[in-house]
Amino acid sequence: MTAAPASRDVVVTGLGATTPLGGDAPSTWAAALAGESGARTLDNDWAEKYGIPVTFAATIKVTPDQVLSRPETKRMDPSTQYAMVAAREAWQDAGAPEVDGERLGAVVSSGIGGIWTTLDGWDTLQERGARRMLPMTVPMLMPNSPAAYVSLEFGAKAGAHALVSACASGAEAIGYGVDMIRAGRADVVVCGGTEATIHPMPIAAFAASRTLSLRNDDPQGASRPYDVDRDGFVIGEGAAIVVLESAEHAAARGARVYAKIAGVGLSADAFHITSPDPEGTGQVSAMRRSLEDAGVTARDVVHVNAHATSTKVGDLTETASIRTLMGGEADHVRLSATKSMTGHLLGGAGALETLFTVMAVHERLAPPTINVANPDPELQVPLVRATPEKLPDGDIVALNNSFGFGGHNVALTVTSA
Amino acid sequence: MAYTSQEILEGLAEIVAEETGLPTDAVVSEKSFTDDLDIDSLSMMTIVTHAEDKFGVRIPDDEVKNLTTVGDAVSYIEGAQAA
Repeated sequence: MTAAPASRDVVVTGLGATTPLGGDAPSTWAAALAGESGARTLDNDWAEKYGIPVTFAATIKVTPDQVLSRPETKRMDPSTQYAMVAAREAWQDAGAPEVDGERLGAVVSSGIGGIWTTLDGWDTLQERGARRMLPMTVPMLMPNSPAAYVSLEFGAKAGAHALVSACASGAEAIGYGVDMIRAGRADVVVCGGTEATIHPMPIAAFAASRTLSLRNDDPQGASRPYDVDRDGFVIGEGAAIVVLESAEHAAARGARVYAKIAGVGLSADAFHITSPDPEGTGQVSAMRRSLEDAGVTARDVVHVNAHATSTKVGDLTETASIRTLMGGEADHVRLSATKSMTGHLLGGAGALETLFTVMAVHERLAPPTINVANPDPELQVPLVRATPEKLPDGDIVALNNSFGFGGHNVALTVTSA
Repeated sequence: MAYTSQEILEGLAEIVAEETGLPTDAVVSEKSFTDDLDIDSLSMMTIVTHAEDKFGVRIPDDEVKNLTTVGDAVSYIEGAQAA
């Protein structure tokens, strides 16, 4: 006999993505399990023209103009286009649930917003004057545009939100969606993150902050979290969207459930604008709060999708934090750093990695971490390397960590349905 | 070099089609931008901006509200390029 689901349980019933690995969630997940890299040499003159020291990125595999109508691509910034592609897939994957619009939410974040539109508008103004500025410029560049268009698409009237926390944005959006359902403000929430920043200005700016890998002669080997020779992150683009639903609502319509989002843990370092607190205090707090929220303990955790961007300091701070939180139990964790394959989707990263964590729990497979030729001796948690690893049967618990410039920490606890 | 009214209609139809997704042959003289073609004010201003660019004319904001139909816009552009 099965107990009726508790009213505040939140489950994942739909997945969608468009990423450097694939134009949808299944192809992205399959490529991740196969250990493919989405990084490629850029086909442009930015290096010669502007002196940008990085000549590669993890560009989107299927461009939105192959999926969306021409008027849509003209009216939406690329960041919104990616979100729409992923949101439509997630909605269909969830079986296009019949839900009262007043009980449907949209939470879609971007770390940076419509920067292509912003910079194109500035170019137009300088070169051609104010009369040539396109009237759609403001609704295209505003950072809430992806959330607004997703709300319009599905008639989501319970609220449309765009939480911004740099590279934690996508995970925070999903956490907020969980909160909306738990607080009784929505039964279904379409949520996730998106980013479209493979433009010379942000690449030059990240390069100036000395956070990008300069491995121009080997793009596919450049994102190498936990390898001793890592030298920075690989900028990526794309979106991932999940459909969250109250367990009751999902059960009532007989929906397929991938996993539960059982815990949300948030914290802020209040330490430095870009560097993580070397003590990892905020990261530990976020993970601890998430596990407590889920009603589980550190010893239950079998898999962690690490934030791990392939920077010297960030990668090790995170595993030290996991060790601080879990102690000896960390030896039982299978750690995956999927940015080794996808690059860093910034505001999309936390959503894509939550999607990966959901699939890992659903299929009992922890995805690989590629390019780890020589593991950093200071790595403190067992790493899944070249091939996927089986996760245990029975009830399992996994964590997705997402951290952002500004000291934002988000940890989501995903449990088997 | 001035555009003929037929050339203006064809060019305008291309701009409207690009903005709205309508087929170009739906954009005919007697159609109303708002009532028939379902074009909102922001889209109308986008169409005006592209039309000014394409035909090398100036369409002041005060005039846009008088351009009810596609034919009105064609006539205005034809007159403005002669001016």
